Amino acid sequence: MLEMLSNTFTENGLIVSFAVIGITIYLSYIISDKLTKGKIHGSAIAIILGLVLAYIGGINTGGEQGLADIGIFTGIGLMGGGMLRDFAIVATAFGASLDEIKKAGLPGIISLFAGVIISFVIGVIIAFAFGYTDAVSLTTIGAGATTYIVGPVTGTALGASSEVIALSIAAGLIKSILTMIGTPFIAKYIGLDNPRSAIVYGGLMGTTSGVAGGLAATDPKLVPYGAMTATFYTGLGCLIAPSVLFLVTRAVFGS
Amino acid sequence: MVIYGVALLSICLLIGVLLGKLLGVSIGIDANVGGVGIAMVFLVLLVDYLKKNKKLNIKSQEGMAFWGAMYIPIVIAMAAKQNVVAALDGGPIALLAGVTTVIVSWAMVPVLSNIGRDKSILNEELGGTGDVRNVK
Repeated sequence: MLEMLSNTFTENGLIVSFAVIGITIYLSYIISDKLTKGKIHGSAIAIILGLVLAYIGGINTGGEQGLADIGIFTGIGLMGGGMLRDFAIVATAFGASLDEIKKAGLPGIISLFAGVIISFVIGVIIAFAFGYTDAVSLTTIGAGATTYIVGPVTGTALGASSEVIALSIAAGLIKSILTMIGTPFIAKYIGLDNPRSAIVYGGLMGTTSGVAGGLAATDPKLVPYGAMTATFYTGLGCLIAPSVLFLVTRAVFGS
Repeated sequence: MVIYGVALLSICLLIGVLLGKLLGVSIGIDANVGGVGIAMVFLVLLVDYLKKNKKLNIKSQEGMAFWGAMYIPIVIAMAAKQNVVAALDGGPIALLAGVTTVIVSWAMVPVLSNIGRDKSILNEELGGTGDVRNVK
């Protein structure tokens, strides 16, 4: 009987994930309503619950895919994977306004460059403070502070040690998770309530998953604007971190 | 028909990802550079054009609005498949680097949002996660 149940679940992975996520969201809205009196948005609670489930999954399986590593929940991997995520992000653009995008073009581009460079510099300074002095390690950790994709791409390109690459991924993951959780709480203090600031936000934070999750929990109408710039961030990071930024780092700290 | 909207969405994404990959190759990166962003710009332009010419009926719009509304559940599934254990295992340097970048970037948002600012109000038009049936 139990085996039949588990087979049914594994054979219908994606469907299971729809049910699991639906129930998670339902519970999150109840928690939001009853425990926080609606002060903390249901989506924000659902994302936190999702991360907790990912932690439980990771602890139990030792895998890298959170809950999706547990046999009966593999569908979560498909539902939350790159393909459907990108598809749904593009779909949110259906609600975006062309005029707003045009108006925020310049601040959007400036924020992209500012975002990559600021994060990189902070990563380098912290790595230096922790005793790393070689340009390759500093650059890799700096790149990891932009996103968890730029870190390993840069580290691999420069030939960094696997320990440093792992650190760079961890830094990027922390950034992404904190952005997901923190955005709805910080939004009103930084004026994150209009398309223009959402475009700037996407460019500054850069982590597509973090920005997308954070904005969804703040105000779903802002998602397309933030996501649009955020998707360019990783590309820009992969472009300038192992090249220009590495050369500057080497010039400052020596090889 | 609903599928027309979904197909339009798919075609935009495929074109965007393809262009993103071409852009990646042209600058020497084996990755999709901004493909999703390009796809979004395409979709915005296309929807704008089709709406102005009254070529996009409600059913087709529902096909897109559905996937837009599925976005938050998909993000939650994405959260559930993150490598949270590895993030926490990174130790103080990863934690400090991640947290500091986020806080400093937050502080920069109001500064950069004010560049070349004029009035900018949130568009309440049809679409996105809203109810598509509200259209006249």
